Amino acid sequence: MTAPLDRRSFLKIAGMSLGMGTLYEIAPFHGARGEARELASQLGKANGEQVTPFSVVQISDSHVGFKGAPAPLGTRAFERAVEMINQLPRQPDLVLFTGDLIDDSEYSDVNKQHIKLFQKIARDLKVGKIQYVPGEHDAALDGGTLFREAFGETHYSFDHRGVHFIALDNVSRGRPEVGPTQIAWLKQDLSRFPRTAPIVVFTHRPLFDLKPEWEWFTLDGDEVMTVLEPYQNVTVLYGHIHTEHVRETVHARHYAARALIFAFPDPAKDGEKKPLPFDKQQPFKNLGIRQVDVRGENIPLGVTDVALTRREFAGINGIQQILKPIVV
Amino acid sequence: MNIIRRILLVAGALSLFLVAFAILVFTIPPRSRSEAPGPAGRHVISVSAQKFSFTPAVITLKKGEEVTLQLTSEDVTHGFLAKSLKIGEQIQPGRTTELTIKPEVTGTFRTSCDRYCGPGHSDMHLTIIVNE
Repeated sequence: MTAPLDRRSFLKIAGMSLGMGTLYEIAPFHGARGEARELASQLGKANGEQVTPFSVVQISDSHVGFKGAPAPLGTRAFERAVEMINQLPRQPDLVLFTGDLIDDSEYSDVNKQHIKLFQKIARDLKVGKIQYVPGEHDAALDGGTLFREAFGETHYSFDHRGVHFIALDNVSRGRPEVGPTQIAWLKQDLSRFPRTAPIVVFTHRPLFDLKPEWEWFTLDGDEVMTVLEPYQNVTVLYGHIHTEHVRETVHARHYAARALIFAFPDPAKDGEKKPLPFDKQQPFKNLGIRQVDVRGENIPLGVTDVALTRREFAGINGIQQILKPIVV
Repeated sequence: MNIIRRILLVAGALSLFLVAFAILVFTIPPRSRSEAPGPAGRHVISVSAQKFSFTPAVITLKKGEEVTLQLTSEDVTHGFLAKSLKIGEQIQPGRTTELTIKPEVTGTFRTSCDRYCGPGHSDMHLTIIVNE
């Protein structure tokens, strides 16, 4: 006997699927995959454009220009990430950079040099579309002036194959906040979408209180999430914390990406906020990129963290890396 | 004659005292003035912020005892945030920001600068220890 599948339960399933796998895993429970497809098709019509399969890669916290003991390889992990993305069997449509592209100094000229080096490395990406949001190291000291010159606006939105992407800036006001002007803009931006629209927000800091004593929060993150709350398929991609993390809030899943410089400890553990020490046997341990698959009508999003793991190590020039997917 | 000499001496001493007092009042920077003891019974602690530290770095309070923190900045605007103690202030240079708190729970709390002030910003924090 086929279990009934109403609109509400389909949406719940789809929401649960975010980052965990596909709707295929869930359909057998109901034995109603055909009905799910029919509902997805109806939702696609309501959203204006039906979601068609594509993938996105998130890169975060490359900190180009950083010099220090926890990251003696400098930009090597970032360069390796670019190579890995170019070698992906299925090329992503988009690359999203979620902030702290550079490590800053108090001198504008030095920051400009770091931006140039960042752009030189990023230019090797074969991906057609690259989008950026700033981290505090990119935009908090000068209010985003240099960032805008190099990368464009600090907040904006765009549509891609039925998914609405929103870039949120929670750093350039100097404090960890989005600010009332941007929140008003967000309300206006979302107003044209039905509640079922798949939405991906990408930003730098977590939009919830992950660990305020480590400055892992956004002061007005609750206001942002209240604006997003009516929408039933929201995914938030962020960086800042240099370690992977997943948190579910009402109608949304929040994914933190690994960094490309050094890792911070698990926020669930007590202790100091100190970079994990460099391990020369595993130089890219805990670093990596994130691949997001949008798989069309059967699933809004699937999320995979891709670690930069070491296969051989014989000095900086001899590093060989392999892809090691880790399913969240 | 002795009386006149005594009057002159007293007047001279008084003048010297007034001059010294005026020098103290008009030359001591505002921050130092803010460190003067408050009204009787009021517990006041001065905290100075500068890139990328707070001085002192650790303060110890008693649970249930009201204390006023007098916050100043030596350079740029800094933040002073401890969400767990419901503290959130901005410290602007050139003025003293007063913050009165009465901690109701014991423990160790980390207060951090929440206004990005430069490359060492993430190391800028102050520990508040609340004892019984």
